[in-house]
Amino acid sequence: MKLSLKLIATFFVALMMSFNVFAAKITITMGGDDERAMREHYRFALDWAEENGHEIGYVYRPASATDTLNLYQQICSSGSSDIDIFMIDVIWPGIFADCAYDLNNIFDDAHKADFFEGIVGNNTVGGKYVAVPYFTDAGLLYYRTDLLDKYGKSPPSTWSELAETAQFIQDKERAAGNAKMQGFVWQGAAYEGLTCDGIEWVNSFGGGNIIEADGTVSINNPNAIAALKTAASWVGTISPEDVVTYKEEDARGVWQTGNAVFMRNWPYAWSRSQADDSPIKDKVGAMALPGGGSDGKMTGALGGWQLMVNKNSKNPEIAADLIKHMTSVEVMKTKAIDTSNLPTRPVLYDDPDVKAANPFFGMLFDTFNNAVARPSTVSHKYYGQVSNVFFNEVHSVLTGSKSAEDAAAAMEKDLKALSRKF
Amino acid sequence: MAKIQRTKLSKERIRSAWIFLTPMFICLAVVAIYPLITTINYSFTDARLGDLYNYNYVGWFHYETLFFYDEWWWVSVKNTFIFSFFSVFFETIIGVTFALILNNNMPARGIVRAAILIPWAIPTIVNAKMFQWMFNQQFGVFNEILMDLSIISEPIAFLAYPDSSMAAAIIVDVWKTTPFITLLTLAALQMIPTDIYESTRIDGVSSWKVFWNITLPLIKPTLVIAIIFRTLDALRVFDLLYVLTTNSRETASMSVYARQWLVDFMEVGQGSAASTLLFAFLTIATILYLIITKTSFDRQGVY
Repeated sequence: MKLSLKLIATFFVALMMSFNVFAAKITITMGGDDERAMREHYRFALDWAEENGHEIGYVYRPASATDTLNLYQQICSSGSSDIDIFMIDVIWPGIFADCAYDLNNIFDDAHKADFFEGIVGNNTVGGKYVAVPYFTDAGLLYYRTDLLDKYGKSPPSTWSELAETAQFIQDKERAAGNAKMQGFVWQGAAYEGLTCDGIEWVNSFGGGNIIEADGTVSINNPNAIAALKTAASWVGTISPEDVVTYKEEDARGVWQTGNAVFMRNWPYAWSRSQADDSPIKDKVGAMALPGGGSDGKMTGALGGWQLMVNKNSKNPEIAADLIKHMTSVEVMKTKAIDTSNLPTRPVLYDDPDVKAANPFFGMLFDTFNNAVARPSTVSHKYYGQVSNVFFNEVHSVLTGSKSAEDAAAAMEKDLKALSRKF
Repeated sequence: MAKIQRTKLSKERIRSAWIFLTPMFICLAVVAIYPLITTINYSFTDARLGDLYNYNYVGWFHYETLFFYDEWWWVSVKNTFIFSFFSVFFETIIGVTFALILNNNMPARGIVRAAILIPWAIPTIVNAKMFQWMFNQQFGVFNEILMDLSIISEPIAFLAYPDSSMAAAIIVDVWKTTPFITLLTLAALQMIPTDIYESTRIDGVSSWKVFWNITLPLIKPTLVIAIIFRTLDALRVFDLLYVLTTNSRETASMSVYARQWLVDFMEVGQGSAASTLLFAFLTIATILYLIITKTSFDRQGVY
């Protein structure tokens, strides 16, 4: 019975394939930060499809990374072939390794050598090349150059400087009738984004990486506690109280309408802020996030997205060819200029056109090398739970329902229990 | 019933009834019973999402974890019951009130009756997103109104804190599901013969007494059904809380908790155990309701 079913299925697949031997339909999931980014990604895929006589299907992924992860997990666990190419977060190669087509079959070492070594390493799980680095990311501090100039302030190098400047400008602007002005907006909702913001605070104060590479749970230390206290002190002062419900686009919504002095966000926000229809065009600066104290570290959470082929894809080679196109020097350069996506090819950081479009890229090259990675490699498939413990405890410190000391102790206890499973 | 001798005709009718019911039983077995048994089975295993076919049986391990080691499970149980109690309580009172008003002969009754259905027709996700904006601290209409009326001096961040976001979720749920209670109650009200009311008017009974001693007992069977449906729905609450609140575990419901383990953490075993306990709670809630209200569906014969 089983065998005959299989035979019939094979027959149908063969029948269907015979109709489109030359034109394969490749379905991809990309974008998500906003509508424009999605169309940008799509454009390059369409060029490739036209050139090679293929067809592109498109699945709009959810704006929240957590929701995207869930969607992909459902698709992968069902063994579905509906989506050929997934755009995956830098923290997911471990999770999706079993669902990935081994790209070592397509890309040789010489090809891989053109990309950042660290990210290629991150994307290689147990010898399997899970995904090609598409663009990289690091948390940035955005500031309003016009407002800083107006009040004679300079971009802050520590968090306390930032708080001071933000409070000063916010008070002055509100007194001048700009009641909606906020000092600093960031991502405070209980989701993966808060793990990024949170690890930046902790790391900038010299409070470690939550879980160190050797598996030691390091979060319960005085520097980390100081970092959490500092962040909690912003809520309701320089940041609106409901910043604890913000994701990336909520923060950018306040920022881009001209209602914030500072914003923590990813590089994509640069080109949005500088778009022709942006009310704050040419009034924006971007820099590394401030350090914790005078000896604090200026850091940013390592982010970025990779392109992975679904192992259940009916046309893995064709899908990999599309990835080759999407990660080519030409496409990456255009994307760096148009959407300020950080290239994963080091050579493009020296490109004059790219530098002209994104003045902060040159400086970010160093930040990027210093960027703090979330503890996804060490916690492997338990990273989801590690991150969940961290962002929930940080969230309860932000909303004032727990003290930073209690939260750090609770994290240590929960993470230690979890780390026994790694 | 049993004493009545069955004619050939009635035997045939019973047989055809079974034939007509069979597809429904098959459907139920496929869409309800099979997933239920699968879930209960998974709750005793260490299965992980992504590899659902290789697992070991771990006995009561997940249930022990839930009962004795995971404080967040009990937080989600508490949240679910708070949400269900208050939302069903308020929507019953408001829903019955609306039904009594609509039952009177008033102008444009048809239009009002249709209009009252709108909240019920809006999908929960849309509804939650809509209210999320209305509750927004910076741009929300609620803060705008309260500020204009000088009731508050600073905008309130309704959705930022566990208590206020739970209250907000209850308000949204009451807004959405009151029409359900209203409609069912209205249908029951219209089945009450008007001559009963005529005779009370002749005897000069106060309208409160009429409501308490005549109207309420007559609509009780319908109301109990409506409340059971609503309670079961409220205990399963997922989408509203997932979209409306900050998504922290302090405001999670049992369904949110179960989904988190099933999908976010990929631990199908623990997630299934939570789902199974949720199912147990639903069953207990239904049985309790039926006992407390002593409603016998057979005797009423209407259902």
